Amino acid sequence: MGNPNKAKAERGLMRWVDDRFPATQMVQEHLTKYYAPKNFNFWYFFGSLALLVLVNQILTGVWLTMSYNPSAEGAFASVEYIMRDVEWGWLIRYMHSTGASAFFVVVYLHMFRGLLYGSYKAPRELVWIFGMTIYLLLMAEAFMGYLLPWGQMSYWGAQVIISLFSAIPGIGPDLAQWVRGDFLISGITLNRFFALHVVALPIVILALVVLHLIALHEVGSNNPDGIDIKDKKDESGKPLDGIPFHPYYTVKDIVGVAVFLFVFAVVIFYFPEGGGYFIEKPNFEPANPLKTPDHIAPVWYFTPFYAILRAINFSLFGLDAKFLGVVCMGGAIAVLFVLPWLDRSPVRSMRYKGWMSKVMLALFAVSFVILGILGVLPSTAGRTLLAQVCTLIYFAFFLLMPFYTRLEKTKPVPERVTG
Amino acid sequence: MKKQLFALLFALVPFSAMGAVAVDVPYSMTPDLKDQESLQRGMQLYVNYCMGCHSMEHQRFARAAEDFGMPQDLVEDNLIFSSDLAFNDQMHNAMTEEDAANWFGAPAPDLTLHGRLRGGDWLYSYLLTFYKDPSRPTGVNNEVFDLVAMPNVLEPLQGVQEKVCAESDRPMEGAELDTLTGKYQSCDVLQVTQPGSMEPDEFEEAVYDLTNFLVYAGEPSKLQAQALAPKVLIFIFIFGVIGYLLKREYWRDIH
Repeated sequence: MGNPNKAKAERGLMRWVDDRFPATQMVQEHLTKYYAPKNFNFWYFFGSLALLVLVNQILTGVWLTMSYNPSAEGAFASVEYIMRDVEWGWLIRYMHSTGASAFFVVVYLHMFRGLLYGSYKAPRELVWIFGMTIYLLLMAEAFMGYLLPWGQMSYWGAQVIISLFSAIPGIGPDLAQWVRGDFLISGITLNRFFALHVVALPIVILALVVLHLIALHEVGSNNPDGIDIKDKKDESGKPLDGIPFHPYYTVKDIVGVAVFLFVFAVVIFYFPEGGGYFIEKPNFEPANPLKTPDHIAPVWYFTPFYAILRAINFSLFGLDAKFLGVVCMGGAIAVLFVLPWLDRSPVRSMRYKGWMSKVMLALFAVSFVILGILGVLPSTAGRTLLAQVCTLIYFAFFLLMPFYTRLEKTKPVPERVTG
Repeated sequence: MKKQLFALLFALVPFSAMGAVAVDVPYSMTPDLKDQESLQRGMQLYVNYCMGCHSMEHQRFARAAEDFGMPQDLVEDNLIFSSDLAFNDQMHNAMTEEDAANWFGAPAPDLTLHGRLRGGDWLYSYLLTFYKDPSRPTGVNNEVFDLVAMPNVLEPLQGVQEKVCAESDRPMEGAELDTLTGKYQSCDVLQVTQPGSMEPDEFEEAVYDLTNFLVYAGEPSKLQAQALAPKVLIFIFIFGVIGYLLKREYWRDIH
C-alpha cells in the first residue's frame, strides 16, 4: 500500500486484464455495485451458506475420490481405508457426509424464506425455477452419493427408490432395469451412480447455481417487506433502501458463516452419525443383496416425500396404490415449480398477506415436519392416517392458493422498507 | 430476536422429536477411549478369545499399538500369534470362510465396525448373557441374541451361567416386584452355577474392556476428533467474534 509504484503497477495489471476480460465490471455488477435491500434478516443467511456448503461438498468430494474405489468389491473397504489409513481422511469424509445433511438444512430454510416473503413472485419466477431445479438435482445427487459407501442401507435404500420406477404402468419394470443397468442393484449401478455423482450432476448443479445468481442479480433481491427497492432511487440512480452487497452483506455473511461452521464442526467432531440420521447404523455393515434390513428408512431429508409415498395405500380410478403414491410423491415436488403462478396475492411478503395465507403456511410447515418424522418411523395404521392428513394439507397449501390469496384481505404495503 | 430463536427451535424439531430408536438390552456401558489400559486388556482378550473366528479387516495392529501406547516388540511378542501376520497388517482371523460355514452355518461376521453397528450396550449385554441351554447345538443360548450360533467362548473365564429362580435387582420382563425387598422374583435370573477362572465382578470388568476395545475399533478416529475439536471450535469462535465486530463497524453508517 505504501509503495506508490506498486499500486500503480497493480492498476496497470488490472487495466490490462479489464481490456481483455470484464473482471472489474463483474465484481461491480455482482458485489460492489449490486444493491441489496438493507433490511435482510436472519432468513437471508441461508443463500450464502448454501454456496459455502456447495464448495465444501465439491472440495471434500474431490479429495474423497482420490482414495475411493467405485466397485462392489472394494467400495465399502475403501471408505474404511479413508476413515483409518488416509491422513485426515476421517475429517474429509465426515465433512462430506455431514455436509450433505447441512446442505438440505440450509436449502430447506432458504426455500422457506422464499415462501415467507414471496420471493418466487414476479419478476423472480425464473430465480425460483432455477432454484427448484437445483433442489431436484440435489436430491438426485444425494441419493446417488448415498449408494457409494455400499453399506446395507445404501444398497436397500437405493433398491426401494429405484423400484419406484417399476410402479409406472407399462414401461415401469424395463425402466427400473435400465436405471440399474442390471436385474438388481449391482456394481454396474454403483459405477454409473459414481459417474453421475462426481461428474455429471455437479457440473449441472454448478451451472444452475450460476443461472440462479444471474437471474437474481438481473431482477434484484427481494426483502422481508416484499417491496421493490428500485422504485425509490436517489439522484445518482442508487436505490434509497439499497446498500452495496460488498462490503455490507459480505461482512454480515461472515458472521452467519461463523455460527454455521461452529454448529457444523460440533456435529463433525462429536456427532458425525447425527444420532443415526446422517449416517444410518445399518450402513456399518457391507451391502448384502441376500439380507434385507428389518426397517428401511431413507435419510432424513427425503423422509417427507417418502411419507407421502407410503400414505397412499389405496387404489383409485383403477390405478394401483404404489403408482398413485409415486405420482403423489412426484407431484409434491412438481407443484413447487408452478408456485409463482398459484399465488394470486397483490402483495409478496407474509407480513402484509391476510390470515388465511399465514394459517396455510403454518399448517404446511408443520405438516412437512410431521411427514419428515413419519417417514423415518415404521408405519402403523394411526401413523398412516396422520400421514394422509398431512399429505392433504401439503397439497391444499398449493392447490387452494389461487383462491385464498385472492379472497383474503391484505394489509397496505409501506413505501419504503421497514427494517 | 425472539422470532429468530423460535425459528431456530422450529428447525430443530425434527431431530429432537425423532430420537434414536433404542434397542432394549439389559446392561449398559460407557466407553472410555482414553483408558489405554482397559483398551490394552480388551485387545488382549480379543486376540485370545475372538480372533480365531472373527477378523477385523479394517483394524491394523499398528494403529491400535499407537493409540494404546504399546511398543511394537511387545505387540509382536504378545498379541500377534500367526506367522502370516505382521505388525502393520489388519487383524485377520485364522478360520476360513468355508470352515466357518461348515461349523456354524455362516462365516463369523467381521467385527471392525460392530461397535458402531450394534453399539457398546448391546455388545456388553450380549457377552454377559450367555446361558446354558442343552437344546442348542452349542449348549448355550443368549438373552439379547436368541438362537445365536456362536458358542460362549468366554466360558472358561465366566463359568457356566444358567437361568435360575431367584431374586434380581433389575426389572425383568414378566417378573414380579417384591415390594418388601424391592427386588424382582423371576425364574429367568442368570446366575453362575459352575465358577470359571474369574469372579463375576472380575468377569464384568473383562467384558467391559473387551467391549471398550470393540467400540474403539469401530471408529479409531474418534480419539483424533476429540483431541482436535476444542482447537477448531475456539478458532471458529474467535473468528466469529472478530467477524461480528467487523460487521458492526461497517454497519454503523446504515440506518
